[in-house]
Amino acid sequence: MNNVFVYCEIEEGHVVDVSQELLTKGRTLANELNCKLEAIVIGHELKGIEKQIMPYGVDTVYIADDKRLYPYQTLPHTSVIVNLFKEEKPQIALMGASSVGRDLGPRVSSALHSGLTADCTSLVIGDHFDKKQDKQYDNLLYQIRPAFGGNIIATIINPDCRPQMATVREGVMKKEIVDPKYKGKVVNLDVAKYVNDEDFVVEIIERHVEKSKVNIKGAPIVVAGGYGVGSKENFNLLHELAEVLGGEVGASRAAVDAGYAIHDRQIGQTGVTVRPKLYIACGISGQIQHRAGMEESAQIIAINTDPEAPINAIADYVITGDVAEVIPKMIKYYKKNTK
Amino acid sequence: MKTYNIIILAKQVPDTRNVGKDAMKADGTINRAALPAIFNPEDLNALEQALRIKDKFPGSTVRILTMGPGRAADIIREGLFRGADGGILLTDRAFAGSDTLATSYALAQTLKKIGDVDMIIAGRQAIDGDTAQVGPQVAEKLGLPQITYVEEVKDIKDKTVTLKRRLENGVEVVKCQLPLVMTVNGSAPDCRARNAKRLMKYKHAKTITELQKENVDYTHMYNERPDLNIPEWTVNDIETDASQLGLTGSPTKVKTIENVVLSAKDSKVISASDTEIEAMMFELIESHTIG
Repeated sequence: MNNVFVYCEIEEGHVVDVSQELLTKGRTLANELNCKLEAIVIGHELKGIEKQIMPYGVDTVYIADDKRLYPYQTLPHTSVIVNLFKEEKPQIALMGASSVGRDLGPRVSSALHSGLTADCTSLVIGDHFDKKQDKQYDNLLYQIRPAFGGNIIATIINPDCRPQMATVREGVMKKEIVDPKYKGKVVNLDVAKYVNDEDFVVEIIERHVEKSKVNIKGAPIVVAGGYGVGSKENFNLLHELAEVLGGEVGASRAAVDAGYAIHDRQIGQTGVTVRPKLYIACGISGQIQHRAGMEESAQIIAINTDPEAPINAIADYVITGDVAEVIPKMIKYYKKNTK
Repeated sequence: MKTYNIIILAKQVPDTRNVGKDAMKADGTINRAALPAIFNPEDLNALEQALRIKDKFPGSTVRILTMGPGRAADIIREGLFRGADGGILLTDRAFAGSDTLATSYALAQTLKKIGDVDMIIAGRQAIDGDTAQVGPQVAEKLGLPQITYVEEVKDIKDKTVTLKRRLENGVEVVKCQLPLVMTVNGSAPDCRARNAKRLMKYKHAKTITELQKENVDYTHMYNERPDLNIPEWTVNDIETDASQLGLTGSPTKVKTIENVVLSAKDSKVISASDTEIEAMMFELIESHTIG
């Protein structure tokens, strides 16, 4: 009872990365709260799935296995979780801020009247004193996220409603196996008791899922462009530089919105979080949502015409200049000095 | 031919994409006056999908429901200019401080009052919060299925719709019975522009509060043209449980808000000159950061 729960999302028989990352975060929170870490997996042909989950330090793995439960559908997955949460009364529930988690989380939170904070960039345990009610709350989940155009960082709490729910984007938390032989227990749920026939009103006719061809998360060098790059043509320069250096191209949200790059390349709070050896920010002003996705890079180069750009404050090298002028020079002198 | 009754859930939002240097006041609070208020972009994608359904099934109605302060009537007018048939502004101090759940409750209670609706269409998310929660939460409160991230309405036959969804790494085509709630993705077609004739026709569409503020007597015109009246609903127009409204009805509370303070790194500031860029590349190669 009152444990930390993580919803494990399944794609083709594998627990997806973001869920593994949340299991690691969940373990840390459970240690601090001195409670158990539990996971819920919903899908089909899940035999042995606990082997992918328990090594993260999971004490109980609840499995709902039924052929109607894969691929993911909103209503049956909601029913399983809501009914299980009514029995188990978790204090914290975490989900990936993926297409699935962002569809499922709000539905579950509405059914349970529990608060949900989307796209958290940090989760920590802390206390709260409510002056109006003169009431002390211990061990709440601080759900921390940038808000309002990135000008502020908000700490959100759910003092009275449980579970405290949060979604987190892939790559924000780091995954870490606790013990490959960690001993937890498996609870196989009797699916018929958790879902209704009316939950299956949506029919999936076609489904094409592809692994993204872009691997910015694992790239040692990321060349990222913002709105300041100015055009799709100028973005080609970033691709050239990335190719020469053996890196990948990323983009800010403004660049994606402007059509300079595809969403798979988006870095930041609503995109991917990266921690490369070198991050080259081209024409990126550096709002907090973007910085949230790259500030842990080992070295940062900022190229910007605006000497006051916020990104400059976290950069190791600040180049005040035009991307179209600077990048060709970087390519030229890289080639010259590595010959 | 079958016609459909469609409600768009839309929000007026500060244009956070164009946050200028004066967006924050000296005391660290948000200077709302410096941010233009706009029709939330993905809600416009939602409106376009609804208008396409109306084009295909003439006689269908598209109305915009928005909750917000008095000035949010702007987006209902914007909708009228682009092809919507009407709208409702839900406005009351009782809704102030609502989080997504309390917002969804107020909207769901309003939709119950509106009654017979075939499709409730919203944008995937609003740019001021990016939560993408209100659509699914409204659906849950109404006990309706939800189809999120819709990119295209492929087909409608009587009470069955076929929708294409855009997932983060793929697409899905699903079939569902009406009524339902769908949220539309930004990758769906942009909304059609304002129509000049409609602009002339609806420029005087106002809420009662807006009319009272002006000193012009529109009584005559409004008697002839009731469609110019934008209904303004308060908490008294819908059935609600006060404990689920506004700040009280919001499970999430903002504990603290911090201004973003940048801790400056010790950075090397260099020019775009050949010498300085070459020196930098040389350093990076020497330190094995690159190469």
